[in-house]
Amino acid sequence: MTVPAFFFYLFSAVAVASAFMVIAGRNPVHSVLWLILTFVNAAGLFLLIGAEFLAMILVVVYVGAVAVLFLFVVMMLDVDFAELREGFLQYLPIGALVGLVFLVELVLVVGTWAVGPGIASAIKAPIPNASQVTNTEAIGRVLYTTYVHYFQIAGLVLLVAMIGAIVLTLHHRVNVKRQNISSQNARTRDTAIEVVKVKTGEGI
Amino acid sequence: MVDFFWQTLWPIIIILAQSVLLLVALLIFIAYILLADRKIWAAVQMRRGPNVVGPFGLLQSFADLLKFVLKEPIIPAGANKGVFLLAPLVTCVLALAAWAVIPVHPGWSIAEINVGILYIFAISSLTVYGVIMAGWASNSKYPFLAALRSAAQMVSYEVSIGFVIITVLLCAGSLNLTKIVEAQNGPWGMFQWYWLPLLPMFVVFYISALAETNRPPFDLVEAESELVAGFMVEYSSTPYLLFMLGEYVAIVTMCAMGTILFLGGWLPPFDVAPFNWLPGIVWFVIKVCFMFFLFAMAKAIVPRYRYDQLMRLGWKVFLPLSLVMVVAVAAVLHFTGWAPK
Amino acid sequence: MTLNSLMPVLPELVVVIGAMLLLMLGVFRGEGSTPIVEVGALVVIAIAAVLIFMQPSAPAELFGGSIVIDAFARFFKILILIGAAAALVMSMPFWRNHKLNRFEFSVVVLLSVAGMMVMVSARDLIALYLGIELMSLALYVIAAIDRENVRSTEAGLKYFVLGALSSGMLLYGASLVYGFTGTVSFAGIAAAAKSPSTGLVFGIVFLFAGLAFKVSAVPFHMWTPDVYEGAPTPVTAFFAAAPKVAAIALFVRVAVSAFPNIALSWQQIIVFISIASMVLGAFAAIGQKNIKRLLAYSSIGHVGFALVGLAPGTAEGVSGVLIYMTIYLAMTLGTFAVVIAMRRDGGQIEEIDQLAGLSRTQPVMAFVLAALLFSLAGIPPLAGFFAKFYVFLAAIQGKFYALAVIGVLASVVGAYYYLRIVKIMYIDEPAQRFLPMPRAVAFVLALSGAFTILFFVYPGPLVAAADAAAKSLF
Repeated sequence: MTVPAFFFYLFSAVAVASAFMVIAGRNPVHSVLWLILTFVNAAGLFLLIGAEFLAMILVVVYVGAVAVLFLFVVMMLDVDFAELREGFLQYLPIGALVGLVFLVELVLVVGTWAVGPGIASAIKAPIPNASQVTNTEAIGRVLYTTYVHYFQIAGLVLLVAMIGAIVLTLHHRVNVKRQNISSQNARTRDTAIEVVKVKTGEGI
Repeated sequence: MVDFFWQTLWPIIIILAQSVLLLVALLIFIAYILLADRKIWAAVQMRRGPNVVGPFGLLQSFADLLKFVLKEPIIPAGANKGVFLLAPLVTCVLALAAWAVIPVHPGWSIAEINVGILYIFAISSLTVYGVIMAGWASNSKYPFLAALRSAAQMVSYEVSIGFVIITVLLCAGSLNLTKIVEAQNGPWGMFQWYWLPLLPMFVVFYISALAETNRPPFDLVEAESELVAGFMVEYSSTPYLLFMLGEYVAIVTMCAMGTILFLGGWLPPFDVAPFNWLPGIVWFVIKVCFMFFLFAMAKAIVPRYRYDQLMRLGWKVFLPLSLVMVVAVAAVLHFTGWAPK
Repeated sequence: MTLNSLMPVLPELVVVIGAMLLLMLGVFRGEGSTPIVEVGALVVIAIAAVLIFMQPSAPAELFGGSIVIDAFARFFKILILIGAAAALVMSMPFWRNHKLNRFEFSVVVLLSVAGMMVMVSARDLIALYLGIELMSLALYVIAAIDRENVRSTEAGLKYFVLGALSSGMLLYGASLVYGFTGTVSFAGIAAAAKSPSTGLVFGIVFLFAGLAFKVSAVPFHMWTPDVYEGAPTPVTAFFAAAPKVAAIALFVRVAVSAFPNIALSWQQIIVFISIASMVLGAFAAIGQKNIKRLLAYSSIGHVGFALVGLAPGTAEGVSGVLIYMTIYLAMTLGTFAVVIAMRRDGGQIEEIDQLAGLSRTQPVMAFVLAALLFSLAGIPPLAGFFAKFYVFLAAIQGKFYALAVIGVLASVVGAYYYLRIVKIMYIDEPAQRFLPMPRAVAFVLALSGAFTILFFVYPGPLVAAADAAAKSLF
């Protein structure tokens, strides 16, 4: 049991530390890199509880795609972050207050956790036995049956996001030469080449 | 204490030993793959290729290794030192990490995990970070352009690789690499491997793998004629070596992935003598070498794509094609009852 | 699951599939297809509305009870479809006049309507959240749809950032509620939440904060004036109509069916935001010079009045909310029809002063607008009076006397700024004429005016439908 415990503390410590570095880092690119480290460690924690599918999807989606695009954008930003931070102290009281409220809540929530003894029995979603069903299969079984409507609505949300991105940003600039693959491929020898007999000394 | 040793430390030692063994074998394999790459390229251009160090140039890669290791690493003054040095390490370590789950022979993988294919996919989606970090940390124009290109390129082609993997998973009914290979076993031998029933996806996979590993004709990241050497402009000696190593390991990983998904892994082409006298690992290596030959030939004979063509191919050709194939494969499996139970 | 079991959600499916087909049509036919797509969207809405009328009156549950089609949901779906249809009708001439040719607008509106339909049918926290996100994301897009216009872009951005924040709060609350009850379904939450525990109350507060943002109730209203002012006017009309109705419906369903046993905890919240909204809506609107900003504050106030009906947590109260939202929808759409028609050669006019002397230049328009404004102020015998009457009656029956008194006082203050516009129209020296009203806009205005003025003649069917819908929650 010591090895999982060791890895649990390793992953959580690194995750917390790098999450802190995300907001403490002076350089935004470094922040994104720390964020990636946080994601990877969160994936490690998923692995430890046996949620291997979620762990891999977290890495593929968040680290492999989302964070790449973050990095892509952040790298191209030309923002003086030292300047941005000047307002930091000004908003510190409000930020600290909000943070404090959340902290108090967390304490209250954790502190009163034992209040509802019936809750454990209320959470009766059957978690399949890991030795019989892999958790990929377990997720697949509910995701496309019981929860198919959630899946479809989430798909619609993404569709709206896509339409929105296109509507708001796509500019069809005129006077730009575009490659037309089909017309290129439709070219034959007859349409493309003209054989001209040139008389000596006259030119075309 | 004895219990602790046998129950906790011993498995760790075993795993470490296995890893070292795999690493050594892999690196030697890479050394010759690299040589083969150069030889094939040379042969296509009617040259001889490296032939000075050792017989037929067989020791060329080792000479190169020594040269890189012994030179002085140079870090540009304006570079972001930490990230600059981290980038080659990330590239190399991630490329090697993918091998933890690849079964080269029945039961021969360091970690036999249920989501093996997702693991490889996840790791290969991370290799883009090496390029981006290197490009950004170099604090120089060409590497930066390369980083931007690679971010878009790799994310685009990952999408189609993902769909390719899904079609294979639909047929195999498992994310476990060993089970995927076993699902291809059958009386029809090599004609039952997925390259034939899923031929369009095999082609998509092959081309996407070229793009994913930044191999020519999709090597816009290090295009020497426009970006000099792309993200590697500022690198020298060992960091450069790590990049090269990582790149080739990633290529071999992709070859191994293609072997497992489409060419039946360690399975012999036909389960009769003399084919089944050879052990599985030999077949595996042969198939990886075949895949690599395809990679090397593409490098030698196809000119580089333009960037907009690359994007068009990824989003407008491969994505719709692979989406349609996912639906078609699922429909066929469902309505014919061939779907794995 | 068979296809037959999906029959209860057929209207939703029609809307979604219709939206996708129209999207494909638009993409392949190019921007020239905008009129076809617009008409197609209206047809889709009409079909969905007919299907909803044809549904059996018995409640139907789907997907393990996470979606329920009961009288309440049907009532609100009809309202949402009416609101969306009216906004679409009014938008057509508007886009023509502004040379804005975007077929995506109708598609996005349809998708947001689908989100709202999910919202009013949602009976667990996940469906609730997904419905809200589908609706909100679409709204962010259409707020910024006039992307060359800085104000429209600003409106979209502002709405997006604050909306994301509110979604975060909502999710935080939802996760707390889940953590303390062990279930996401409203029925399960109601069964588990017998007594208010600290964690649960925190969860409710955050959940309601998120919902209050969506209905733009004080203190989460800050985005409303800016977004309403910045977004193109038909979009604003849509914002003020359908999403608000849907969010109120969701608010009611969450409060009544998920937390019936700990009503005391959430009633305080409702009473507070209701009073704050009514008071702020009444006072902040007084100084406004821009009619869209004024209507934004007016809508904040009206949300406050509607929530008065929710505070007692009784069937009568909920019925009052339903009647209120119906009448509000009609009045708002009519008022925005006039705002859309405020156009001269120089473009759209939004200053209230420019309405001066409208009674002499365009007397019919002035008369209908005056009626609508009197109704918004709650002056009998117009529809707005009955709306307020039912919610205040429910509050008094529920012994929320202070709430009712403050509500009446707030509506007296509110009457001031509505009547000021009437005074400008009828007494001040005439300003320049507006361009003639487009037919489609006039049609909406006529319907809304007729409903508002003639409601008192025959209020029975609406009251009966609202009562039936409210009963289905209890």
